[in-house]
Amino acid sequence: MNNEKENMKIVIVGHIDHGKSTFIGRLLYDTNSLPEGKIEEIKAVCESLGKKFEVGYILDSLEEERDQNVTIDTTQIFFKTNKRNYTIIDAPGHVEFIKNMITGASQAEAATLIVDAEEGVQEQTRRHAYILNMLGLKQIIVVINKMDLIKYEEKEFNNVKDKLTEFLSNINVKPSIIIPISAKEGDNITKKSENMQWYKEKTVLESLDTFKNKVSLKDKELRLSIQDYYSFDKRIFVGKIESGKIKQEDEILILPTNEKTKIKSIEEFLKNPKEAEAGKSIGITTEDKVFIDRGHIIVKPNEKQPIITNKIKANIFWMDKIPIKKGERISLRCTTQEVMCEIDSINKIINSSTLEIKMNKEEIKDKEAAEVILKTEKPIIIENFNNIEEMGRFVLEREDIVAGGIIIN
Amino acid sequence: MDYLDELESESIYIIREAYKKFKKIALLWSIGKDSTTLVWLARKAFYGKIPFPVMHLDTGHKFPEMYKFREEWVKNWGLNLIVARNEEAINRGVICKPGDTHACSTELKTKALQMAIEKYKFKAIIVGIRRDEHGIRAKERQFSPRTQDFKWDYKNQPPELWGQYKTKAEEGGHLRVHPLLGWTELNIWEYIKREDIPINVLYFAKNGKRYRSLGCQPTTRPIDSNADNVDKIIEELKTTKQAERDGRALDKETMYEMQKIRALGYM
Repeated sequence: MNNEKENMKIVIVGHIDHGKSTFIGRLLYDTNSLPEGKIEEIKAVCESLGKKFEVGYILDSLEEERDQNVTIDTTQIFFKTNKRNYTIIDAPGHVEFIKNMITGASQAEAATLIVDAEEGVQEQTRRHAYILNMLGLKQIIVVINKMDLIKYEEKEFNNVKDKLTEFLSNINVKPSIIIPISAKEGDNITKKSENMQWYKEKTVLESLDTFKNKVSLKDKELRLSIQDYYSFDKRIFVGKIESGKIKQEDEILILPTNEKTKIKSIEEFLKNPKEAEAGKSIGITTEDKVFIDRGHIIVKPNEKQPIITNKIKANIFWMDKIPIKKGERISLRCTTQEVMCEIDSINKIINSSTLEIKMNKEEIKDKEAAEVILKTEKPIIIENFNNIEEMGRFVLEREDIVAGGIIIN
Repeated sequence: MDYLDELESESIYIIREAYKKFKKIALLWSIGKDSTTLVWLARKAFYGKIPFPVMHLDTGHKFPEMYKFREEWVKNWGLNLIVARNEEAINRGVICKPGDTHACSTELKTKALQMAIEKYKFKAIIVGIRRDEHGIRAKERQFSPRTQDFKWDYKNQPPELWGQYKTKAEEGGHLRVHPLLGWTELNIWEYIKREDIPINVLYFAKNGKRYRSLGCQPTTRPIDSNADNVDKIIEELKTTKQAERDGRALDKETMYEMQKIRALGYM
């Protein structure tokens, strides 16, 4: 039906001023992805300001941030290679905008970490790498930018590369490649650099094209999270198939009520589907009159069952100015489930940049990561993140979302 | 599931989530291709019976074809239509003209929306904006809070991850819900083709011109095009290097106009 190429979302992260905007501008410029007249318009503005045109201004002009010179929020831009269409999520490098960086990274399938060849590894370089790993992003390339400033020297490149590799291996991040580039001059982005004959490996575009799209969870066990029900002509239960698949007549088990029934029909407007798979927002009707409500999880009785528990071991990342202490009641949301919970114990608090482990385990502060045991007031249905991602991650919420968490046990 | 299936499922999920969490909501229907696709998705989400109103912000300066299209499909789809007009401003003679779109955007659209929200006590408004349309719209969240006086604090937005959305509106404020945020213009047209969604005739070329984006009649210009059906539009979009909103005067007047009016509550 859809003859379009594959799509992939990549997030670009790194310390402030290490060249993210220039890098993205270069990608857009070299892949010819800008609207007509855009370059001319920017060149005219540059001229009126008495500045020389640089690819870095492309993003600024798309974002209207010239005054401030920092990327404020997660921005999305599109470019194409022969292999697929990319959406770039530009994550801000300023420490104040960490929740925007996390919002961006949580949507991505792969990441590019950008490091300044002169400045080397900095606070946000480490923090961003840590967060990528925590969010389960495994496909990562690293670009060492501004090689032009260090005269394209292989030795200097290797220095930065070694320090970075050492840090990354401590947090279990394994980039598929580390590429020396100059975003400003266009070295090793879309074509091999004349200035770095010593570099024999892939360019940035070639490396991005080796990333793999997320594998569908349709072959895992069925987890259908119920969102709502409608009683228009008949009672339709709607929700999202987080993993697995359903077909008409399937025997199902409703959790946590433990009622069993069969799927009578799969409901889609103006269609009459006999089956549906992971990722689909769907409706069902049931053979028997059963009680199903938001937050219920539908599984198959003959498949491996999920974990039903009121204690969760998780890594969380705190992103609120007001810290959290043990015992504070807070809302936990995982798929369509919402329960009140509290932190039962804090096993470890980590400074997400220095990786320093804090001795004081009383409260978790802004931008700290922690391994915690959460106690929920009602049982919750979960999975290990490594088994079924969608059921293995959650957020904590006050007025706003204040933390993201990954279930480890 | 192909890519359009994924986009469709995510949008339907978001629409259902907005209804579940807020109940008092409305869908903004500008009669353009994006919000007509959005109405289509809402019909899918609720099996043909959208349980909330669709709202048209009528500046009085829309194309006759748009009013005709509105009446036809309100009837065919059984929509509960609210027409929101700022009659006071219209009577005062506020008009929409090239070179000065600010008054139209703020008084005839934003103010009309504000009055409707107050009148009907809406807690959330579903809007068909997309990230790829305009740099500033790229900064949006799928559930994006607005204060009572319509302020959008884009420098301090709440995090949004893994399909968990902000579902608490502050007292007097409301949420803007954006189910199409991740769609591109091309995705929209491919989906229109796949689903055979009725679309306003203004989008299809006549005498070498067609509209690619629809606003008010006095400030919207057609582009040169011979694409007189959906297939040809899809082909055109795959090769064009023109920006989608090139024909829209309000984006062009000053570089910061879009940012300015959005900070005041424009979509």
